[in-house]
Amino acid sequence: MENVKLENIEKKTSPFVWGIMIILPFLLFFVSLFLGRYMIDPGVVLKILLNKIPGINFAQTWEQTAETVVISVRFPRAVMAALVGAGLSMSGAAFQGMFQNPLVSPYVLGVSAGASFGAALGLLLSWPTWMVQIVAFGFGIFAVALTYLMAHLYKTTPILMLVLSGMVVSAFFQAMVSLVKFAADDEDKLPAITFWLMGSIGKVGLNDLAPSAIPMIIAMAVLYAIRWRLNVLSMGEREAEALGVNTERVKLIVIITTTLISSLTVSLCGIIGWVGQVIPHFCRMIVGPNHKALIPATIFVGASYIIVIDNLCRLVSITEIPIGILTSVVGAPVFAYLLRKTKGGWA
Amino acid sequence: MIIEAENINFTYTKGTRQILKDVNLTLEEGQVMSILGPNGAGKSTLLNCIATLNELDSGTIKLCGKDVRKMKQKEVAAILSYVPQNHIPAFSYTVFNFVLMGRAPKVGMFEKPKTEDFEIVAKVLKELGISELADKPYTEISGGERQQATIARALVQEPKAILFDEPTAHLDFGNQIKTLRTIKSLAEKGYAIIITTHNPDHAIMLGGTTAILDKKGHLSVGPTEEIITEETLKKVYDTKLKLSYFDEAGRLVCIPPNL
Repeated sequence: MENVKLENIEKKTSPFVWGIMIILPFLLFFVSLFLGRYMIDPGVVLKILLNKIPGINFAQTWEQTAETVVISVRFPRAVMAALVGAGLSMSGAAFQGMFQNPLVSPYVLGVSAGASFGAALGLLLSWPTWMVQIVAFGFGIFAVALTYLMAHLYKTTPILMLVLSGMVVSAFFQAMVSLVKFAADDEDKLPAITFWLMGSIGKVGLNDLAPSAIPMIIAMAVLYAIRWRLNVLSMGEREAEALGVNTERVKLIVIITTTLISSLTVSLCGIIGWVGQVIPHFCRMIVGPNHKALIPATIFVGASYIIVIDNLCRLVSITEIPIGILTSVVGAPVFAYLLRKTKGGWA
Repeated sequence: MIIEAENINFTYTKGTRQILKDVNLTLEEGQVMSILGPNGAGKSTLLNCIATLNELDSGTIKLCGKDVRKMKQKEVAAILSYVPQNHIPAFSYTVFNFVLMGRAPKVGMFEKPKTEDFEIVAKVLKELGISELADKPYTEISGGERQQATIARALVQEPKAILFDEPTAHLDFGNQIKTLRTIKSLAEKGYAIIITTHNPDHAIMLGGTTAILDKKGHLSVGPTEEIITEETLKKVYDTKLKLSYFDEAGRLVCIPPNL
């Protein structure tokens, strides 16, 4: 009898809801392959995709353009959107658990400010895109490393010190971004920097996919694996330690993985805000606060969310809307609504 | 001997007051120790030092004969459970999931709890008579229930000793007595127990050993009836207190004079 009760407690969310959550991103992914100004028949898209699997060979009844659009443009873009959405949402959830505060974003340790500076610098000096991305990525990592070292007292890195150091580092790099903008030529470089910072997933091509997707997936897998430890860490450091958890090590793992994810995101797609706050909060309403369920939920819901938002970016108007604008326009009011609904209680 | 502290010294930062000065204590199976002391003397600090959450200036702490400096956090947690002061966490985990966290020392870094862990949690909840709380959010139950849930979490850790930091703080009178009764029955089951408290009556009710920590960092330890006297209480609380035997309660009681 007790076992029946245990099952209920462990599986609070119905399999039906989980089913929808899991299928949705795949469905949306497929939709975003045929949807667009250049509409392609869903059947054709399916055949194009299947044809890439060795051993399957449909006769090509479609124009070559369709294949190029699906494989080289929409496919990498949709994969990246899914990864960015899943990665930022997961990082947000992990940070919120670690900082015991559901308002924390994945950018709290300064990664976005650092990466922005790197990108702005690269654009100012007219470096090629791949170099801009690498420098942005490097500065994102560098900023977080700086935060971590600044927060490191004796043999520990207290959570409060991390937040405060993150604020300091962010403020510094934001000032550096302003400096670069001030120095930039306002005919052509200043707009380039400004647009870059607003974010776009459209820049990601087929060739960029593997080098960015693989480290992201590895980082996400590690974060996924330690998800139950996040419950214990969210009790506070002292308590987690008393429960036998090596808190310094868990914190370091969380910081390294989330930094990898968000630094890659910012360096490839610019600053995409609010995802890391809204999605975990929304997921907590569905599956509860237990990270064992919350982390998988953020992966699927986050991926779906950014796929939808990115499709809106390309479809709503004639010129593409920067994704950072849309995530904030959608995210801020949604977050306000969620806060009202949970009455500030953090689900 | 489960806990042995030898000549431990502790200061928070250089140049500030030394909180613990050459403190010695030992605790064996089934023994209860109540730590008394004025506000700010460092009772919780002492508890944290024993729980290896604070790094000592000097001295040795041994758990089951093993020096804690040679032990991993996990090994310490396999011997010691720590019941912190009542607090409400940021996230509303169910009581079941909250108690389950006590299994952390037994669950690997990249693992999650298994059926065996769930069963132990269910068993302990039943023993403490709080099974019906299992699926309630920990943030929404009463202070007394939270205290019971935290004790359950300490028990699923399957420790040899349990440290309670002011277990009766913020509880109503009934829940204070209930908590003390739970502590006493745990000691009878063989757990070694240390509690900190502001109430000499609690130490008297628990019997066993009492330790008084003064503001100079000295700890005097002994059988409760020898340590708690009107003279020592005057020193600790800087207030005249009356100790007298109350027949109907069958014990000594500590009474402050009229204001």
